[in-house]
Amino acid sequence: MHNFKSSLGRGRSFWHIIVQLITVFLVAFLVAILWINLNRNLQQLGIQFGFDFLKQQASFDIGETPIAYKPSDTYSRALWVGLINSLRVAIAGMFLATIVGIFAGIARLSDNWLVRNISVVYVEVFRNTPLLLQLLFWYSAVFLSLPNTENKISFFNIVYLSQNGVQFPWFKLSSEFFALLMGLTCYTGAFIAEIVRGGIQSVPKGQWEAARSLGLKPSLVMRLVIFPQALRVIVPPLTSQYLNLTKNSSLAIAVGYPDIYFVASTTFNQTGRAVEVMFLIMFTYLTLSLTISVVMNFFNRMVMIKER
Amino acid sequence: MNWLRKNLFNTWYNSLLTVVCLALLFWVARSVLNWAITQAQWEVIGVNLRLFFVGRFPPTLYWRVWIALALASALLALTWGVFFSKQRVSSLRIIFFSLIGCSILFFLPLDLNTRLWLQGIVILIFAAFWFGGRLSSAIASWLSLAWLLSFSLVFWLIGGGFGLRSVPTNLWNGLLLTLLMAGVSIVLSFPIGVLLALGRTSNLPVIRWLCILYIEIIRGLPLIGILFFAQVMFPLFLPGEVRLDRVLRAITGLVLFSAAYMAENVRGGLQAIPRGQIEAAKALGLNASLVVLLIVLPQALRIAIPAIVGQFIGLFKDTSLLSLVGLLELTGIARSILAQPQFLGQYAQVYLFIGLIYWLFCYSMSLAARRLEKQLVHEK
Repeated sequence: MHNFKSSLGRGRSFWHIIVQLITVFLVAFLVAILWINLNRNLQQLGIQFGFDFLKQQASFDIGETPIAYKPSDTYSRALWVGLINSLRVAIAGMFLATIVGIFAGIARLSDNWLVRNISVVYVEVFRNTPLLLQLLFWYSAVFLSLPNTENKISFFNIVYLSQNGVQFPWFKLSSEFFALLMGLTCYTGAFIAEIVRGGIQSVPKGQWEAARSLGLKPSLVMRLVIFPQALRVIVPPLTSQYLNLTKNSSLAIAVGYPDIYFVASTTFNQTGRAVEVMFLIMFTYLTLSLTISVVMNFFNRMVMIKER
Repeated sequence: MNWLRKNLFNTWYNSLLTVVCLALLFWVARSVLNWAITQAQWEVIGVNLRLFFVGRFPPTLYWRVWIALALASALLALTWGVFFSKQRVSSLRIIFFSLIGCSILFFLPLDLNTRLWLQGIVILIFAAFWFGGRLSSAIASWLSLAWLLSFSLVFWLIGGGFGLRSVPTNLWNGLLLTLLMAGVSIVLSFPIGVLLALGRTSNLPVIRWLCILYIEIIRGLPLIGILFFAQVMFPLFLPGEVRLDRVLRAITGLVLFSAAYMAENVRGGLQAIPRGQIEAAKALGLNASLVVLLIVLPQALRIAIPAIVGQFIGLFKDTSLLSLVGLLELTGIARSILAQPQFLGQYAQVYLFIGLIYWLFCYSMSLAARRLEKQLVHEK
């Protein structure tokens, strides 16, 4: 009996190893073919693989430079500028989208009919149209139709709106940045609203009743009792929304905001180095995704139920 | 009155909220109406209506597009009818709704030919729905075959060849291209996604890790990056003689992308299958591949249907990114129309119009997904 079992086990693991070896062989074969083709094609184009070109002069201008940059700087400097621009819009977007999403999510559960339905309309409109279209709309239809800098619209003499962007008392946002930020915020906010609604609805009804019978005001019930419990359901899908937002920030190219993808594709247009640029894009976005995942996992562990 | 008091003015802060919201809504509605009636010029939509829907597809061959549309929508209605065959919808109601649909179409400001085609399609849809509901048991097993067949048939009708005049891919534009791209990508990514999901849950470490590597790399990248990869790098990876056209490269990019997401949806379905099912199947003497094929996959795919519809909605929206790599699908054709000097600056009208088209499709699909989900839970 013992013998039979072990022989069966051996037979099986033997086949398992064979199947895996064949898979490895096939994948390696495919990669090799592609690699040979790539090398031959690159040779024909007269390009040699390598990242030396990053030290060359970029000689293109970037519209928005949070760190000092001029066209005579290197490609790597230009890519850094792009990365910082990406981070700027992604972080601001996550922050604003969370706020919008929480408000819209709570509004959807409000007992005021009007507030509830405004939130429904907001969510259904923004979730069911392409983000790219929304970005184009914000940029072309909203910002380009605003008056020029001489006749800018002012709100109480604090905030000024014009074609060139939004002017706050202590800083100025370009129209490209603002259009991208608005697009990302409204789009992701609609998704987050649904997540928040689901999270709040997942808290058992008894918790509401118990909190109210303790004499807490409705706003305190939400803040102290319901929301902390809802967070446990909210945080995991929220993480994937943050990841989506960061990836979607690459649509900046549609409105001309110089993020990492935009700068990388300009670099490709000038140098023709498709492979290296693709590696750079992959490396950047995978690092960003991984960072967000790690941070959010840490946050998730904080809000999880602590057993005492 | 009672309703008002209960829903809008039950406490003082709710009353305040209501008043503020009403004022805001009034202001927004007034400025939008003012813009739409006095400032906006809507000719840009009417003049370019054909471009939005079928682009530069040869007008003499429109009948092929109409037949393809009729085929696809009839099959969709048939499937819908089969799925919801348990809830009998009375024949009278179906006739009533199809009559209403036809009479609405009759008054649309379109040319006679278009209206006739549309009315025919509406009647076909309701008829197919009726058939699906009545003859569900006879049709159900043939549905997937019918889908596959009609899929190739649609392609033949649009692309031509085999006796029909062929239409080069650069003339496939507008909504037609958007629908084709989304449909092709989801269908082609389905088998790859299922294989990847099975690979990711397999107990062979090498296969599992290869699948995880693929899925996670693709899911970590933005779609525009993958489309860039497909447009620029594919020609470099292929031998010099092979030339893929732009549409084909874009389809490959979309398939590579959506296969990874499909794999995750299918994996969700796989994980929802109780272990007992697998053990029971093994106890019946089925071998490993038969267990997967006959017991696990059918159940897993059934569970994954709502998620796959959700993914299709996402993909449908994502096809707009193809305009950034030079394809003239709905967004692309809108941008090219806006680039013409006589329509300069009429962004808002055009974007609102195509936004409405996208919205109609996505919203109806998300409603369908919700109903399906309910139905699937109900049947359990």
